[in-house]
This record gives sequence, structure tokens and C-alpha cells, in this order.
Amino acid sequence: MTELMPAEGVFSLIWVLIALPLAGAAILLFGGRRTNSWGPYLGVLTVAASGVIGVLMLLGMMQNSPEQRTYGQTLFTWVFSGSFQADMAFQLDQLSIIFVLLITIVGTLIHVYSLGYMAHDDNRRKFFGELNLFVAAMLLLVLANNYLLLYVGWEGVGLASYLLISFWQHKPSAAAAGKKAFIINRVGDVGLSLAIMLMFVTFGSVGFQDVFGVADQASEGTLTAIGLLLLLAACGKSAQFPLQSWLLDAMEGPTPVSALIHAATMVTAGVYLIVRSNVIFTAAEWAAVAVIVVGLITMWMGAIIGSAKDDIKKSLAGSTMSQIGYMITAAGLGPIGYVFAIFHLLTHGVFKAGLFLGAGSVMHGMNDNVNMRRYGALRGVMVITAGTFIICYLAIIGIPPFDGFFSKDDIIHASFERSPIIGILAMLAAGLTGFYMTRMVAMTFFGKARWEDDAHPHESPKVMTIPLIILAIGATFLGMALVYWGNIESWLEPVTGVETVELALPSWVYELTTLVLVLIGAAIAWVSYARRDVPVEAPHGSWLTRAAREELYGNQVNDALVVQPTYYTSRLLVWFDNKGVDGFVNGSAAFVGGLSGRLRRYQTGFARSYALSMVGGAVLVVLALVLVRMS
Amino acid sequence: MNPSNYVVLSAVLFSIGAIGVLVRRNAIIVFMSVELMLNAANLAFVAFARMNGNLDGQVVAFFVMVVAASEVVVGLAIIVTIFRTRRSASIDEPNLLKY
Repeated sequence: MTELMPAEGVFSLIWVLIALPLAGAAILLFGGRRTNSWGPYLGVLTVAASGVIGVLMLLGMMQNSPEQRTYGQTLFTWVFSGSFQADMAFQLDQLSIIFVLLITIVGTLIHVYSLGYMAHDDNRRKFFGELNLFVAAMLLLVLANNYLLLYVGWEGVGLASYLLISFWQHKPSAAAAGKKAFIINRVGDVGLSLAIMLMFVTFGSVGFQDVFGVADQASEGTLTAIGLLLLLAACGKSAQFPLQSWLLDAMEGPTPVSALIHAATMVTAGVYLIVRSNVIFTAAEWAAVAVIVVGLITMWMGAIIGSAKDDIKKSLAGSTMSQIGYMITAAGLGPIGYVFAIFHLLTHGVFKAGLFLGAGSVMHGMNDNVNMRRYGALRGVMVITAGTFIICYLAIIGIPPFDGFFSKDDIIHASFERSPIIGILAMLAAGLTGFYMTRMVAMTFFGKARWEDDAHPHESPKVMTIPLIILAIGATFLGMALVYWGNIESWLEPVTGVETVELALPSWVYELTTLVLVLIGAAIAWVSYARRDVPVEAPHGSWLTRAAREELYGNQVNDALVVQPTYYTSRLLVWFDNKGVDGFVNGSAAFVGGLSGRLRRYQTGFARSYALSMVGGAVLVVLALVLVRMS
Repeated sequence: MNPSNYVVLSAVLFSIGAIGVLVRRNAIIVFMSVELMLNAANLAFVAFARMNGNLDGQVVAFFVMVVAASEVVVGLAIIVTIFRTRRSASIDEPNLLKY
């Protein structure tokens, strides 16, 4: 276990990282209308300032030796009850800093982009306030040094996600999508809270250092249970099978939200949780196998859904599910995969944010139409958007030298080392990625124009295109930088451990095969969607297409397994309540009421008759006494 | 003298009082009948105290007198008030408090 370094110098500012966006959120959300004019700019500034502090911390961290890069800061004792103690304390290490930089830098770019995208929205201030709230909660999630504080951040990002999905709450579909995301996430959150309780019962603490230090003393059954509960939590937050169905509906939110929360950062919190708890998953083999299975299923589900959706944002959401499936699979592989999961998470955060913001820019020019069958030939009118989108597209399908190539190939290598089946499935899914992403690019930017009559596509303003350009540059160079210059493997080694991948064949064989599969997928999509005309109305399609359009019946399954049984149970309970409980209560009340209706007739108001009944009663009592005495 | 005679007298007085309460309409007469019943009970108490040779019954008789005095104060006040408003002391006429 690495020793905690005291937080000195720039590292004493760990709490400021979180406090800045939190203060921004408080000012914007409680400040009212007087902050309308300058509020959005303040929102951008707080996140940017956190980003600057994050970069300074990275530089400070690089000056220390690898064993001395874990910094702890305790603000105060938060919960103290018997033997249970949880501090408001932070831990900044090599893993946290990657997330801090991803959240704040991509977050800043998306905040800037939102200045343009949300320029005409009446509730701009609320939007930036909630976006700041999200950044603060996400930073708390990755900086917490115990599971209970992590849980606070976990719930905080869930709240921000809910608020932002249903940001346009006047649309019933957006309000419903927010509720759906919140409720399905709740299922995962139950898993996390149970895992925390189990940890406290088993280890007597919920701090990272304490739990990981003594994890190997627990029985394997307990560790497996904790691992599976953590996996359930990760499934909820990261939209993994079987809790995947909320992510596609979450696209009802504004596009910057989809980019920041539902692509780059929040949905990767599940990957963070698993990698952070790597000690537990390394010790609990079956939990790790479950992680791989969930990852593989979701990788394929997402890719299949993404191949059939005509809504550009939902297609991208399917792609996000699929890519997070890659990360989860890698995280399940053990020490060999943790680094690559985080590597892919980082590159994916950059290029997927670029893709979503690009999609937002396209929608901005097309009257917020999301139907790709109504796009086409947009490369001429949106040069910067098309260029950056295509760069990010090359990154996601894994064409060298763009960053997705490095991270995805690493995951495929690691999968092959574990088992050829996992490797082949991951490799084929990469081919499918080539298909659905090429389909998206071909339908949007190439082919013939299928615009609606009132559409006048135009390039977005600079405040939106500059973040796109920066993200595209990131998508081009980040992979190379982290492999040749930064060496992410040795950077993360103290946190996650590293195993070298030893493959049966030389690594270029795998890389070439993957590349060929991707190119085949891309070629099929190109022939089908760029060379041939795309019909404006979606054709009937094969059974697989129809199933994928229905999101592989995830909603129907949830409906049949959860919603309908709940509905009928509550109908039964309502019936029992009305007829049984209410019947008894109402019946006894009616009985007493009817009886008193009869009895009140004896209240005549005639005082002497009352006196007579009293005398009669007294005589009866005396007679009874006499009879008893005589017998 | 046989103590049971006192008890018989008490029973007779009590019955006269009870019948008075039941058959008379004038509130003052009814009230007097009630007093008669109370004093019949007092007589019984005192007689029994004498028969049993202890003071308990006599003590209770004093209590009854105190209660009767208080009752007279309140009761007469009510009767006078009702008489002032209704110009009648009949006990049958005020019958508003009913079902």
C-alpha cells in the first residue's frame, strides 16, 4: 500500500478543485435573475480555474517519485458514530489526476461550447449552474478517499444528470427521460450502498487505504459479493447491461449535456469504481468474470443499436455504450487491463465529446433536427464541423495514428491474452464500430442532400467551433503522447499494477486484423449509405434492424419484468385496500352511525323522562341486588 | 327505639322525593324534592352509623350537606336565570337540548 503524502504546496488546494465549481453552482442557482448576464461566464471560469489547478497538480506530481504521488487531505471528520468513521477527506493519486484533468479540461471546452449552443435559451443561467454542480459532484466522486464520500459524489452526478436530462422539462419526453435515468440509476445505487455496508461489516472501515490494505483477509465469498454489488453500481451509472436502457432516452437533454455527462465523464464513473476497487476484483475471480461478461454483452448491444438508429444522438449513445463495454471488459481482465480501461476512457472522453459536440453543431445548423435521413452532403456547408467530426470518427474506429487506435488495440491485445473468445468478440465489435460510425458520417456529411425545405444549414459560431478544433487536436495526438511520450502504463502502475501482455502471435498481426475488420465494416457502410441513395423514410429492414431500432427490446423486457408486475401488484393492493381495509373501517363506522341514529331518539329533551329512566335504572339495580342477596 | 324505623323513614322520604321529582313540573318544587331525597339519604347514613357504632356515616352526611348546599346555589341561579328569560319555571318547557 502506498503511503499518503501530506498535501502541501499546490496540493493543499485539492478541496478548492471541488469548491470552485460548487461555489459557481451555488451562485448561479441561488443568485436569481441578477446573475443572468454574467452567470454563464462565471460558470465557465470556475471550471477553467479548476482545470488550471489540476494541470499545476499534474506538474507537481511529476516532480515526485512514483511511490510518492498519492496525496491525502483531511478537512474534517464528517460522520463519527461508534466504530464507524468517515472523513471529509480527499485522495489525489495518479488515477484521480487523470479524471480531474479529463473532467475539468473537457468540461471547460464543453462549457465554452455551451455559451454558443445555449445562447438563445431563456434558462441559460440554470443550465450553467447545473453543469457546474455536475462538475463539482464528479470531482468529489474521483477525489474522495472513502466509499461513503464517493457515494455522495455518485449521487450528486446522478442528481445533476437528472436535472440536465429533463432540462427542457416542458417537453413530456424529456421529463420522462430524466425520471427514467434517475430511477434506473437508483437500482445501481442500491448495489453501491449495499457494497459499502458489506465493506464496513467485513473490514470495519470504508476508507480506500483501510479496505485495500486488509482486503485479502476476507473470505472469497464476501469479496465476490462486494465485487458483484460494485458491478451492479457500475452497470447503473455506466449504462451497462442489464441497466442500459436509460442512456438512449437521456439524449433528450441538451447536446452539451450528452457530451459531458452521457459520453465523456459521468457514464465512465462505473469504470472508475471498478478500477479504483481493483484490489477487490483481483481477489474475487468470479466477480471479475461477471465484469467481463457484462462488458462484452454491452459492447455488442451498443454497437448493434448504434448501427440501426437514425437519430444521430441515439446512434452516438449506442456507440458510447459499446465503448464503455470495452472499458468494462478491460477492467474485468485484471491488472493486465486496468491501465487500458483508463487509457481508453481518457481517449474516448476526448473523441466522444468531440463527436457529440459535432453532432450538436450539425443540429444547430439543421433546426435541431436529429434524423440523419434528413442530413446528407453537409461537408460543404459545415467545413470545420465536418473536419473535426471526421477526425474524431477516425479516432473512434481506431485508424492509426489517432488516439482510439492505441487504446482499443491495447484492450484487444489484453483480451487475447486472457482468452481468444474475448479477443475475437472485441475484435469483431471493432469491425462493427467501423460500420456504424461510417454509416453516421456517410449519412450526415456525404451522399445527396435530403434536407427539409425550411433547413438552411450553416457553420456554427466560433465559440462552438474552437472547442471542436481543440478536441480534434486532442483526438489526434493524445494517444501518441500517452504511449510514446507520457507512458500511461508506468504512470498508473502504482495504483493498478501492470502485467505485460504476452501474445501467441506478434502484436502487429492483431493490429492488422483489427484494422482490416474495421475497414471492411467501413466499406460496407460506405457502399450502403454514401454510394447508394438513402431513403428519407426508413425502410422496413431485417428483423435484426427492427430489433436494434427497438433498442433490442430493453424497454419491453423492463416493462414485462418490472413495470407490469409492479403495476398489477399495486392494482391488487389497491383493490384489497378499497374492499378489505376500507370495507372493514367504513362498515364499522356505518354500523355505529346507524345504531346511534336509532339511539339518539331517546334524547327527547324532556327532563322528567330522563329522571324516570334514572329512577327505573336505580330500581333495577336495587332489585338485582335484592335478588342476588336472596338467592 | 328500633334503628330500622329510621331506615324505613328514610326510604319513605326518599320515595316521596323521587315521586315529587317525577310528577311535579315547577322547577322549585322539583328542586325541593331533590333536597328531600338527599336528606333521606343523610338520615340513612346517620342511622347506619349509629347501628354500626362508628362515625363514617356521619362524616359522609356532612359531605352530602356541603354538596347539597353548593348544588342549591348553582341550581337556584340557573332556575332564576331561566325564569328571567322565559317568564316560566316549568321544567318541561326548556327542551331545546335534544336530538
